[in-house]
Amino acid sequence: MVNRIQQSLISCVLMLMSVMAHAELTIEITQGVDKPTPIAVVPFAWGGSFALKEDVAQIVSDDLGRTGLFSMMKRNNMLSFPSQQNQVFYRDWRVGGTEFLVIGRQQAIENGQLRVEFELYDVLKQQRILVERVTGNNNNLRDVAHYIADKVYEKLTGIRGAFSTRIVYVTAQQFGNGNVKYQLQMADADGARPITIREQSQPIMSPAWSRDGTKLAYVSFESGKPAIYIQYLSTGKREKLQSFRGLNGAPAWSPDGNRLALTLSKDGNPEIYVLDLQSRQLNRITHHYGIDTEPSWTPDGQSLIFTSDRGGQPQIYRIRLASRDIERITYEGNYNASAKLTPDGRFLALVHRGGDNQFHIAVRDMKTGRLDVLTDTLLDESPTIAPNGSIILYATQKGTRGVLGGVTLDGRVRFLLPAPAGDVREPAWSSYLQ
Amino acid sequence: MRTSNLTKAAALAFGVVWAAGCSTTSTTDTATTGTETDGSATQGVGVDSGVTGVTIEDLATLRTVFYFDFDQATLKAESYADLEKHSAYLAQHPSARVVLEGHADERGTREYNMALGERRALSVARFMQVNGVSGGQIETVSFGEEKPAVVGHSETSWSQNRRVELKYTAQ
Repeated sequence: MVNRIQQSLISCVLMLMSVMAHAELTIEITQGVDKPTPIAVVPFAWGGSFALKEDVAQIVSDDLGRTGLFSMMKRNNMLSFPSQQNQVFYRDWRVGGTEFLVIGRQQAIENGQLRVEFELYDVLKQQRILVERVTGNNNNLRDVAHYIADKVYEKLTGIRGAFSTRIVYVTAQQFGNGNVKYQLQMADADGARPITIREQSQPIMSPAWSRDGTKLAYVSFESGKPAIYIQYLSTGKREKLQSFRGLNGAPAWSPDGNRLALTLSKDGNPEIYVLDLQSRQLNRITHHYGIDTEPSWTPDGQSLIFTSDRGGQPQIYRIRLASRDIERITYEGNYNASAKLTPDGRFLALVHRGGDNQFHIAVRDMKTGRLDVLTDTLLDESPTIAPNGSIILYATQKGTRGVLGGVTLDGRVRFLLPAPAGDVREPAWSSYLQ
Repeated sequence: MRTSNLTKAAALAFGVVWAAGCSTTSTTDTATTGTETDGSATQGVGVDSGVTGVTIEDLATLRTVFYFDFDQATLKAESYADLEKHSAYLAQHPSARVVLEGHADERGTREYNMALGERRALSVARFMQVNGVSGGQIETVSFGEEKPAVVGHSETSWSQNRRVELKYTAQ
């Protein structure tokens, strides 16, 4: 799996796109759970003749720690550094309160390949509960590490890990006299290894992943007016969709990847359309003189969730594509927008303004109708959901700058991914990448 | 004012038809415009301003940025006088052209603000049309919250960013 990821995505992207030196987004946890589960990830053994480019165990530890569900044991508190089963002494770990233990070893094999074996132990039950072998090389050890973190996370939580996925986001850097550099960037889910997908002097907006992770759609003002572009990640090739007078915005790929929902105002005011990417047929979905925008698909591809001010203020609605039946979803608050369903359809993440007149990220339980506000900063927007439904990434302000924030769906854990310079905004989280 | 009352009445009555077809380029789209009702508010129209003889020198003295309230696209009364003069100039100079750039403040979502910026630009466009400007002289574009006039996170900045900028591309 790691090899396939490496071949199909990273290497192509690295080769064909401009790789620019950027300081990475760094993560700081601002709020954790009350009693996170203590885990130790022991440095992985390595006796090879060359230096490894990444500290795999540290990346695994950081991935797990960032979820806020676990407290990671520091290396200098470890009493021993086992790398094989016969070196594991449970009392060394019980004494420090550790409940789970990850060990591993790395070995050079033929053709510059590396074999990485890892094992997960339940310290209290004194059992090895997971053992697996991964093949990689010195250039994709970060992928190997995210893969291991995915497996450990899934074993411990029952939820598929999303550490091997990617995010895209837009940055804007001011250069005085009105000059701004806009960049569309892609990075690992932890903000590492950012690369620039597109750079220009006019705004970039609303990046959206195709479900298979091979393409992005986004809005660019490079022609002086908004137009939607599709860009292929493997080749960098771009395609400008036919653009119309007025707005051309808010692209959203259908789950099957064959259609693109978007907003056009060519008929006089913003309406939602669905473009069939094969036939290029454009179907108008909404008919209302108010603003209809920000379409997102339900997981079954049968309906669109969208924002409309047809009731006087922006609120969230759902339209069924077959019947065109429209149902209003949100009533609480005076501004609800930019809504997206979790992959299981159970929760709706959205931008919400309530009594305090500030813009927060909220989540609505679609079964019970309960709305929970997850953030307490004042200008939060652009929620995007991890493919395992565990974390919402969003844009917020820290000081005077735009930064990315993350919050678990239950609101218990929050973190920031502050960037070294410029404004960071409009994150979009990929699906699982194969 | 050369605009006849008939023109104004027609512009009002067919506001939605105008909204569908006012801009410069046409598309081959055959969607069913005109079958819906337009609920947008109109304001400050139907009263003959009596503005005449606006010269190119006068233009330099007119304001070109017009401000709005939060989540609103209704023109403020303070904008009428100068917009009427711009309109008079454009009506008297059929080869003159303007671009109306609609903007929003940073609050709320980016795509919704794109829609809001467009609504503001169209609000100014409609006012100018009612005051005798030909639809072909006006182009609108929204930048949403993407191009703030002032960077900042308080009402002082926001109030300057909720705006329409009027720019002549030909005088």
